[in-house]
Amino acid sequence: MEDLRFRHPIRARASGARQSAIVGVVASGNLEVLVERVLPDAECAVDIKTAAVGFGEVWSAVIGDFVERYSPGGLKFSINDGGARPDTVSLRLAQAVRLIAENGQ
Amino acid sequence: MTSWQNNRAARDARIAAGAGLARGKIVEAQDVTRLLEAVIRPGDRVCLEGDNQKQADLLSRALLAVDLSRVNDLHMVQSGVVLPEHLDLFDRGVAKRLDYAYSGPQSARIARMLFGGKIELGAVHTYLELFARYFIDLTPHVALIAAVSADRAGNLYTGPNTEDTPTVVEATAFKDGVVIAQVNEIVETVPRVDIPADRVHFIVKADKPFFVEPLFTRDPAAITEGQILTAMLAIKGIYAPYGVQRLNHGIGFSTAAIELLLPTFGERLGLKGRIATHFALNPHPALIPAIESGWVRQIHSFGSEVGMDDYIRARSDVYFTGPDGSLRSNRAFCQVAGLYACDMFIGSTLQIDLQGNSSTVTTSRIAGFGGAPNMGADARGRRHPSEPWLKAGAEADPDSPAPLRRGRKLVVQIGETFGDKNVPLFVEKLDAIELAERLKLELAPVMIYGDDVTHIVTEEGVANLLLCRTAQEREHAIRGVAGYTDVGRRRDRGMVARLRERGVIRRPEDLGINPLDADRSLLAARSIKDLVRWSGGLYAPPSKFRNW
Repeated sequence: MEDLRFRHPIRARASGARQSAIVGVVASGNLEVLVERVLPDAECAVDIKTAAVGFGEVWSAVIGDFVERYSPGGLKFSINDGGARPDTVSLRLAQAVRLIAENGQ
Repeated sequence: MTSWQNNRAARDARIAAGAGLARGKIVEAQDVTRLLEAVIRPGDRVCLEGDNQKQADLLSRALLAVDLSRVNDLHMVQSGVVLPEHLDLFDRGVAKRLDYAYSGPQSARIARMLFGGKIELGAVHTYLELFARYFIDLTPHVALIAAVSADRAGNLYTGPNTEDTPTVVEATAFKDGVVIAQVNEIVETVPRVDIPADRVHFIVKADKPFFVEPLFTRDPAAITEGQILTAMLAIKGIYAPYGVQRLNHGIGFSTAAIELLLPTFGERLGLKGRIATHFALNPHPALIPAIESGWVRQIHSFGSEVGMDDYIRARSDVYFTGPDGSLRSNRAFCQVAGLYACDMFIGSTLQIDLQGNSSTVTTSRIAGFGGAPNMGADARGRRHPSEPWLKAGAEADPDSPAPLRRGRKLVVQIGETFGDKNVPLFVEKLDAIELAERLKLELAPVMIYGDDVTHIVTEEGVANLLLCRTAQEREHAIRGVAGYTDVGRRRDRGMVARLRERGVIRRPEDLGINPLDADRSLLAARSIKDLVRWSGGLYAPPSKFRNW
């Protein structure tokens, strides 16, 4: 197991009113993402627990592109990773943002 | 006086030597090894029918058991090295030299034996190339083939899996060779004559039906969102703008996803009748929903697929069938069809380098080529025009006058940037090159050469290599769809952005596709059971694909 943490300053607050959402599953080649609206609007945090060791650089690139593209201000992401491919990670993060952008609980 | 019929005399002598073991042409299963000892000479070129799917397994075992003082040092010329017995022949010394095309399940062992010097390798071929050599410099002295049934005269019914048999028999029987067939049963009248009796010299009834491997069944349940996204990109970014109607699909999950998206995503784009109407393709179960929805007009097949027989029989408007109603496949003709009459090949691979060369070889596995290089190559002898061929030609060479401009076949490599076990699809250097160095091969086993590849599709987008004007542009078009692989992360972002402005690279959003829409609910069938339902119960999947 490896733990990784990323913190990014963000231009704009993520839209929507939901407080939290979960997408994905913890399984081999997949991941679970819990997203919570708990941070100041100009911050984003991503905490990762991954079964695959030594991929910090790839994670950094994936998270960097994600933050740039979706501007997820105010959101904290907690990832439980079962060795998913980078494209699956990008997809789950985007799905998490879409889900929390919905209104209501 | 010079004799000009020595080979015919030698053939007659071989047949006479075997005749003592036969009643008419029929030899009992327990006498087959003795028959082979009587008919085969040391050093002979022997084609032991190992196709992509169908295997002459009884004859393989019989050949393995021969007395080495009578039969040895054979030169095997066969398209598929598939059964363990095919390689046991070399371990035992029955055979010495090998020319072949495909070695799927034996790919690791064949690599070990080549390194160990157990096999003298002629070359690894494409199917069509090996078939061609059967008629020039690799003509078999003896062919050991497989058929479903024979009558007493020796007429053979090869059934849906005709595959390579007519080609092998043609080369052997018409050049003074001996043809020995194993059959599942001997009948009064064969359902149809696939091989006429005067080309067959001995028949053996096997104790059990010849082995057939279901190679083309992809369970829709295993298709990922990433594969669905690449399939959407291919349909909207390539099939639609070029109007691709005549094509060949590879056997991977990405192309299975395309087949399952035609009746849903493709239908919504209004593409029915405009794309994917004529195929050179095995009977892929994943294509059933598209066929049932009226997308597909005609399919010619290399071989068959386990469980598809009744469905094919009931859909003879789509498939090629004999007077008996069952599928007639033919690998050589279908390869030619794929090469000359299809406007696109789309398939997956294991490694792509910065020039676009691709390979399915890794340092410990030599899977061979099979047919992909024939499908995935521009046919330089092609002379008939078509919309996609002309459009691709114009993109590659906008300056030549149209009447003198060659068209181009669309050769598309599709895949996710990371494959099985997170192995990257894109590499700086192919493993095939290292393998060639270690084995001292003159050619690295490249599946599809970069100069034949026109497009690469990954979840990150579509790269159109036809529009690249320099080697540097080409390299960055490839890096630009290589995702988070090392190759992808070493891109020059400015250059990739400029290629995107020119439409050399197209992202999902450039094609109006939201990656979040790439959902399994888009698949026309989401399980094998769904495919059975679509087929009206005619498709009978093999047990390993049944979970109900």
